[in-house]
Amino acid sequence: MSYTFQFGALLPYKADILAGIWLTLKLSFISILLGGLAGAVLASLRSTSGRAVRLVIDAYVEIIRNTPFLVQLFIVYFGLPGLGFRVGADTAALIGMTINLTAYSTEIIRAGIEAIHKSQIEAGEALGFTRFQILRHVIIVPAVGKVYPALCSQFVLMMLASSICSAISTPELAAAAAFVESQTYRSFEVYILVTLIYLTLALVLRGALALLGLWLFGRRAVRRPLAAMPEVSA
Amino acid sequence: MTLRTFGFSEFGFLLQALQWTVLLTVIALIFGGALGFVVALARTSRSNALRLAAATYIQLIQGIPVLMILFLSYYGLSLAGFELPPLFAAGASMAIYASGYLAEIWRGCIQAVPKQQWEASESLALSPLQQYRYVILPQAIRISLPPTVGFAVQVVKNTSVTSIIGFVELARAGTLINNATFQPFRVFVAVAILYFVVCYPLSQLSRVLEKRLHVGSSR
Repeated sequence: MSYTFQFGALLPYKADILAGIWLTLKLSFISILLGGLAGAVLASLRSTSGRAVRLVIDAYVEIIRNTPFLVQLFIVYFGLPGLGFRVGADTAALIGMTINLTAYSTEIIRAGIEAIHKSQIEAGEALGFTRFQILRHVIIVPAVGKVYPALCSQFVLMMLASSICSAISTPELAAAAAFVESQTYRSFEVYILVTLIYLTLALVLRGALALLGLWLFGRRAVRRPLAAMPEVSA
Repeated sequence: MTLRTFGFSEFGFLLQALQWTVLLTVIALIFGGALGFVVALARTSRSNALRLAAATYIQLIQGIPVLMILFLSYYGLSLAGFELPPLFAAGASMAIYASGYLAEIWRGCIQAVPKQQWEASESLALSPLQQYRYVILPQAIRISLPPTVGFAVQVVKNTSVTSIIGFVELARAGTLINNATFQPFRVFVAVAILYFVVCYPLSQLSRVLEKRLHVGSSR
């Protein structure tokens, strides 16, 4: 095998790669924000509502979790226009990513909510918390804190899966790679470079999410056992 | 020219393509499982170097998109002078992808076996190999069943990515039929249903296995 790597051939396409990185970051950031919030809302709705709502949410979660992201994108991008909704590739990617991530975060946060002990809620009631205060301080925030690592893994997976959006011609990082490859024919160089970029993005995102978790839940996690102590002694 | 409509023969084509999806999943789980098992053992070994190497491998695979693994093996294999059908590149990259995740899942399962089991088997003068063979692995495998079946669902779904390099599995078949019929909504919903029919029972099985495991361990 006598292949000489020529990474220099990629230099003229720096702008394309950077634009790809930017769109990947943008899509990931917005879908994580929307998907995370929607997941928290759906999970708490599921725990507070009646049977019908629960059934609908469960069906949504199971349908999304048991079909490939690529096919979901195809339905949004190719299928919706047939029903009268025309969406661009970027919007379709964002819709697809948010719908997908919402299902996973709902499932993860649901597990966190189910792990909250009933006595916690009763304690909240005894302290005169309103229903909303209980939902916020006793159920959602501690639940998300409990499952935060799993949530972070899912966020990173979503960022990586955003590469699949290149299949519906969203000009994110993987699509930029395909474009540069088609221009330079240096396939191996392009994909090695872009793989390293994804790896870096994943590590940075993981680090940033860990810091965010420390800031959001770190002190609370330390304080929680103390707050529970009077209950135990009583 | 008249367009074809999405009918029985088209659905039959999807069913045929589903077989390739299943085959690819099986290949990924067998080869990825073998590689992942070795990596999981290295990840839990006593040697620092082995542990570091395995941890790096897992971080690397979990830090890059499946699509990039696919492209790298697709172009990498042809670069190395192999003119292989897409099945090889698809199978190899799915196996590599699966190995990175299975290794991490199984590492957790091996470490979930209580430490006393190691100590007890050591005090019975079992060699490390015997410890694994007769004491640790039988317990670890029991623990590993629910997450492994759950991960199989991820593999089934991710085989759809191989359609991007032209491997004709279920998602690719959907694209081909859509090009002929131009009924995207109907075609891709049918494709999604077929994936669901494969994945949902696996998800439920994983759930049932997990419940059963907890019943067993709380006794």
